[in-house]
Amino acid sequence: MAVPEKRFLYLRNVRRISQAFFLLLFLVLLLQTNIDSLDRADTLPRISAPVDFFLEIDPLVAISTVLSTHTLYRNLILAVILIVGTLFLGRFFCGWVCPMGTINHMLAVLKSARMKGRRRLEQNSWKPYQRWKYGILAAMLGSALFGSVQIGLLDPIALLTRSSALVILPGYNTLTQDLYAWSLQPHAGFGDFLLTPVSWVTHALLIRAKAVVFDQTFLILLIFAGILIANRFITRFWCRGLCPLGALLGVMSKTSVLGLEKRATLCTDCNLCALHCQGGDNPKPGDTWHQTECHLCMNCVASCAESGIAFRFFPGQEESTQEVNLTRRAVVASAGAGLLAIPVLRAATHPDRPGDPSLVRPPGSLHEKEFLSRCIRCGECMNVCPNNALHPTLTQAGSEGIWTPMLMPRIGYCEPTCVLCSQVCPTGAIDEITEREKAWVPQAGKEKTEGPPIRIGTAFYDTGRCLPYAMARECIVCEEWCPTTPKSIYFEETEIETRDGEYLYLKRPHVDPELCVGCGACTYACPIKGSPAIYVTAVGETRNPRNRILLKEKNHMPS
Amino acid sequence: MDEQRIDRRSFLQRGGKAAGFAAVAVAGGFLLREESRQPFHRGGDKPLVRDLGIPGIERKLVAVRGEDPSRMTAAALDAFGGIGGFIASGDFVVIKPNVGWDRRPEQAANTNPDVVAEIVRQCIAAGAGHVLVTDVTCNDAKRCFNRSGIAAAARDAGAEVQLAEDARFREVNIGGAMLGRQLVYDAYLEADKFINVPIAKHHSLTKATLGMKNLYGILGGNRSRLHQDIHNSLADLANFLRPTLVIMDAYRILLRNGPQGGSLADVEDRKTLLACTDPVALDAYAGELFFSLTAEDMKWVGLAESRGLGSADLTGMKIEELTV
Repeated sequence: MAVPEKRFLYLRNVRRISQAFFLLLFLVLLLQTNIDSLDRADTLPRISAPVDFFLEIDPLVAISTVLSTHTLYRNLILAVILIVGTLFLGRFFCGWVCPMGTINHMLAVLKSARMKGRRRLEQNSWKPYQRWKYGILAAMLGSALFGSVQIGLLDPIALLTRSSALVILPGYNTLTQDLYAWSLQPHAGFGDFLLTPVSWVTHALLIRAKAVVFDQTFLILLIFAGILIANRFITRFWCRGLCPLGALLGVMSKTSVLGLEKRATLCTDCNLCALHCQGGDNPKPGDTWHQTECHLCMNCVASCAESGIAFRFFPGQEESTQEVNLTRRAVVASAGAGLLAIPVLRAATHPDRPGDPSLVRPPGSLHEKEFLSRCIRCGECMNVCPNNALHPTLTQAGSEGIWTPMLMPRIGYCEPTCVLCSQVCPTGAIDEITEREKAWVPQAGKEKTEGPPIRIGTAFYDTGRCLPYAMARECIVCEEWCPTTPKSIYFEETEIETRDGEYLYLKRPHVDPELCVGCGACTYACPIKGSPAIYVTAVGETRNPRNRILLKEKNHMPS
Repeated sequence: MDEQRIDRRSFLQRGGKAAGFAAVAVAGGFLLREESRQPFHRGGDKPLVRDLGIPGIERKLVAVRGEDPSRMTAAALDAFGGIGGFIASGDFVVIKPNVGWDRRPEQAANTNPDVVAEIVRQCIAAGAGHVLVTDVTCNDAKRCFNRSGIAAAARDAGAEVQLAEDARFREVNIGGAMLGRQLVYDAYLEADKFINVPIAKHHSLTKATLGMKNLYGILGGNRSRLHQDIHNSLADLANFLRPTLVIMDAYRILLRNGPQGGSLADVEDRKTLLACTDPVALDAYAGELFFSLTAEDMKWVGLAESRGLGSADLTGMKIEELTV
């Protein structure tokens, strides 16, 4: 290639450094979404790293939650940085910052027969499918207008966070856990002195002390894998054709003052600029440049030996620049489809009505209707949960609420003093609460909690499975694990006659519905494998005054 | 017909290649062949017993009362002639406090951190090669170790603090009347010395969590099944893992809502520490002293005694009471 010698800090290299930095930052923050401090006995573990950084600078998250809630939660204000930057500079985020873009970029530049020469040049020129993303954006914003945030399904940051936290990290964790367990095994008398250093290495590779599983994540994996594999056919197909954040930034980039200046007189028609174009925006002099598609990756400038193109502030030849060529009709139709989809979905499951009884939301969650107007399904709450208690729904919250968090106490219970999910939730679907507000356990030096607890559900016995009821055996593990003070599980001492005619005294447990907070520790610890003998449903949850059984509940928050 | 005939060389080469792979396939097939993978077809392994007691050591119980848990611990060890009688130079010592729950020291659900720290210091001073403080917690391990104060205290005293790692459980046959094969944390399989450091507290099923009940925390897996016959299960555990020494914290004890507690109204200051070489005698003594339990209440004590793990008969035993 006739590329002249360039300084190392040429723009394309600076872009590469920036991409590597932000991808690494994304990974570090993902791993930091976890408590690891053992230092302070007097304080509760808190997440100290700004783990929501990428979600919080994401203007799509900010704008869609503003449309659905008319407010901007906490740090989502950071999105204005990116909005202002894009209004002046264009889609630099896509080419320089976005970790999803960087992953797609890395896969798209892999060489293959399909991605060479004329075929590469052809598929790197602007194509009509690049308009799809604007339709997706319009539909998503339409849903948000109706009060349902669906943007998280396809917002690249939410999608990448979810896919990494629920599929990639757990997969890595399983691999390293197995390796570590293998290196710790006694290997028949030999190799201990060899395997001990090996176990140091395998231990260093661990990211969690325990196995982590997530229910129903196959679909998440399939979508993520599809997006990555698409790069083998079309360079950054996701970024060009589907990404709604790219579309939003594309629309904003229309005011950008940074543009491509083409000098047709210098062009030798070598096509190198178009061959390496990431955005599919036709950088070659003579072709119509699509500013809204350009990621500012600087490949075109770097590959031009003749300096026939350059990025300039207030560039000269603006007549060669193409607007987003969308018809008003298409945009209105897409937005309308998104808007109408929500009432159609709500004809099946409406957030005003209690839906699936097993849909126990994390503590601090807003009323279901408001919850769905905020939750972007990023999976941060599930990633941070120390007990692996939160899992993505599939159907439990209706199709509208797919991949929103729910408690699965058979896998993990809600840790009584933990409020981490409410801390990391970027949009306030789980409103930030303190341990004192959660009020499941008395504060330091106190005999009682200071107010009524934040309840997430109520436990019920299945006496057909519970040992002291059904099998004439001692148990009451549930009572042992019940964290409230006093315990929500009490028992009556009952004399029972066994099959052999002997008389036994057994403790038969009961739930006090005025004390139970729905944490699910009883379900988690219940020794009855298969279906547990005690299970939790959402009834009694603080967030929904209509989802109640008892006429008067003395230990309830005013609603 | 002019047939194309193969020459001898390629006949041998090609035939030999096929025969070679065929031989590998046949040999491999026979080599890998197995009748059954079912454990019940393979016969059991012998039950394992980890007896880490000091042979021939005097059977003695020390009860210390005082204001400072560290000094009380030191005084108890001094009464045994120092920890040097238990710990040899280079020993791998595992110290198991009760760190079951996400509770603060004043809530009396976990062992007092000062007691643990003092034991660690003394072990290190006695030349122990590796001092490990660990427990298989019920609540989130990080919170339990953090808020109990045990992580900081034990680490500052020089011990390695290990939160239970999934990969470190090994399935072993611990025999006994109830338990059989269990997932046991590997430290207890490798330790040279084991110091059990329970806290005395209330429990609804056994009426009290004492020394043997603390051994619950060496197990992983579905250990909540043990409640179905808790007395035999505790005796089984005590038979499998016989401690070098038991040091029981009763500085504060939990009287109700055990084993987690939470409310300070359920906690009573007893400012006592017990140390004993006989785990059976210690449970019998502590159960009566703190919770007024009889032998009838504490069936596990009788079962452990009948298996020769110690004696519940306190009359013939040397009991030394100290105040510091």
